[in-house]
Amino acid sequence: MTFWKIAALNAAVAISATAAWAETEITLWHAMGGQLGETVNKIAEDFNASQDDYSITPVFKGSYEETLTAGIAAFRAGEQPNIMQVFDAGAATVIGAKGATIPVQDLLTENGVDFDITDYISGVRYFYADSDGKMIGMPFNSSSPIMYFNVDALAKAGVSAPKTWEEFQTVTAPALKDAGYIALSQSHLPWIFTENFMSRHNLPFATNDNGYDGAEGTKILVNNDAIKAHFTALTEWKENGLFEWYGTGWGDNATPFEEGEVAMWLGSSGSFGGLMKKDLGFDFSATVLPYWEAVTTEPKQTFIGGASLFAMSGHDAEENEAAAKFFQYLTSPEVQYFWHKETGYVPITEAAYELAKEDGHYDRFPAAEVGIQQLSLPGGDNTKGYRMGFYVQIRDVMNREYGRILSGETSVEDAFANIEKEANDLLARFAKTQG
Amino acid sequence: MKRAGFTTVWLPVALLLPQLMIIAIFFYWPAAWAVQSSFYLQDPFGFGSTFVGVENYTDLMTNSEYGKVARFTLIYTVLVTFFSLALALLLAVKADKVIRGAKSYRTLLMWVYAIAPPVAGFLGLMFFDQRNGPLTEMFQFFGWEFRLGADFNSTATAMVIVAVWKQIPVNFIFFLSGLQSIPKAVREAALIDNRSATGRFWDVTFPLLAPTAFFLLIINITYALFDTFGIVDTLVRSEPGNNPVTLVYKVFVDGFRGNDLGGSSAQSVILMILVLVLTVFQFRLIERRIHYT
Repeated sequence: MTFWKIAALNAAVAISATAAWAETEITLWHAMGGQLGETVNKIAEDFNASQDDYSITPVFKGSYEETLTAGIAAFRAGEQPNIMQVFDAGAATVIGAKGATIPVQDLLTENGVDFDITDYISGVRYFYADSDGKMIGMPFNSSSPIMYFNVDALAKAGVSAPKTWEEFQTVTAPALKDAGYIALSQSHLPWIFTENFMSRHNLPFATNDNGYDGAEGTKILVNNDAIKAHFTALTEWKENGLFEWYGTGWGDNATPFEEGEVAMWLGSSGSFGGLMKKDLGFDFSATVLPYWEAVTTEPKQTFIGGASLFAMSGHDAEENEAAAKFFQYLTSPEVQYFWHKETGYVPITEAAYELAKEDGHYDRFPAAEVGIQQLSLPGGDNTKGYRMGFYVQIRDVMNREYGRILSGETSVEDAFANIEKEANDLLARFAKTQG
Repeated sequence: MKRAGFTTVWLPVALLLPQLMIIAIFFYWPAAWAVQSSFYLQDPFGFGSTFVGVENYTDLMTNSEYGKVARFTLIYTVLVTFFSLALALLLAVKADKVIRGAKSYRTLLMWVYAIAPPVAGFLGLMFFDQRNGPLTEMFQFFGWEFRLGADFNSTATAMVIVAVWKQIPVNFIFFLSGLQSIPKAVREAALIDNRSATGRFWDVTFPLLAPTAFFLLIINITYALFDTFGIVDTLVRSEPGNNPVTLVYKVFVDGFRGNDLGGSSAQSVILMILVLVLTVFQFRLIERRIHYT
């Protein structure tokens, strides 16, 4: 497998190295497969057709993790692409490596493109920014976890989508169970029930301002009573047939919803486009992520998921200019609206959001607006994002321990103690790599 | 004894050179690099690098999870090795007795050999699918709440079954040729001495198969330890979660997913030592007791 990755890498490098004519050619490495990848290709083609000076070639590199690893390997070999897509969990690795990327804000202003961070919707503004609020990565495909529901199932049970977990527990879920449904499944425990649990309830996720102030001494704050109570509730719901967990895989948990067994599913706002294209056999809609009234009465916005685009350093001024122009094109309201419409990822600028509203997109598909509405909710001290190194591994630890909780192998208490310990060990190791 | 000799030193060296270069470039150099980087903690992009001595190793030794992965790998290796050898031997002994259509049977039994581990993994995914996998349904029929990907034991069982299934043909080919190389005279002599087929098998056939079996034992241990990577990766769908993984898979996850090069290198070095021990064991301890004809 590794061999093929290296071979693919070499092939991509060989292709990108043949760029030598008047048009400045740049490459974009991304992790958007299937329908999403076709949309990326379309945007790149349109950009190439829109002018004669620059040409961008998108290259699909596999999963988010594989793309990051390929990009890092290429960087070490001095063959990095101009633009690389890095997912939320890899942000700390890339932003921590000062000198690997050119902050997108600097890239744009140096190349004469107007940049104002307040043009971006509040939920995406600072997730890939440094502690001073300078934007480092362009939040290209931003999503948020939202609650999809089977409209027919809820009507049959005579309930509406729950606003709080208390309501879910006492009203919605029992009614759905009586109507013959499993009430809930979800597709990403670390993202939906950990990271976004923290931001929705405005709880600190890590010391050092959620890790933004540097890797040194950053500790995770995951072992708290609110989240432990949430997971205890999950195990109870599971025992009572109100919630089901089908493993760590995304699709395994989405399929039962798509097949009408599960009435409500927590997925990504970016799943919207895919669900629309499937012939589901029932009407679906979506709403914002529920919260615990016992924890907060003022729920906040959520973190973004998905990924952002980073301009890699080590390229000449012409290529950097081309990258800047591509970013400019990408963030134009029309392109953002196109991307939003095709995929369900949120439009990242206010202007694009306005355009979508004017065009009546949300009158046709009200559920398409849920993600951006949730990201536009009031923010708090802990909602701008989190920055933790080796976070991919920390997520793996969470997935492992959560899986053990839900398959009855361990207790909530032990699992969170384990996550805290292993995550802090990893954070300490990461801090040393930055020395 | 007659010895063939070269008249100059350079010719044999020149003839060996390509092979030596391949070994040096593809084995010694990366191995040396792994040993070196196992003593450092590196920034993934290669900017910062801190010498940490044996800390990567001590971190592993104190990490209870690494111990669990090692224990699982041991159990997994024992099960895969045992079942793939035992079943292949059984099939070979039976196929050896078949007279009519022997070639077709043998070909059918060897067929699976051509399947790549990830493909075997995909077939496993279909057979053990949570919702409509035939084997899942079979387990459920017998009252086992089998759930690939959600339950540790289910995934472990699927991994063992797929790995064994994939390995049987290799062992089968070797055992069959081993059986066929046993001289007819020996078999006939045994037939006169002992009328029990089982007795003849354990007293005569099996000892004569020992060199083959021993060779296969080593091959199968390394297969279970290293080559099942593709099967593991496919069955856990690159998201291990609470599913079992082997030591090699952990090297990959930490190094290539997590970008922790130092920690991952330390794990590789431990595996290299394991292979070294296995090799010494092969040549020193067991090889002496086995008589190759």
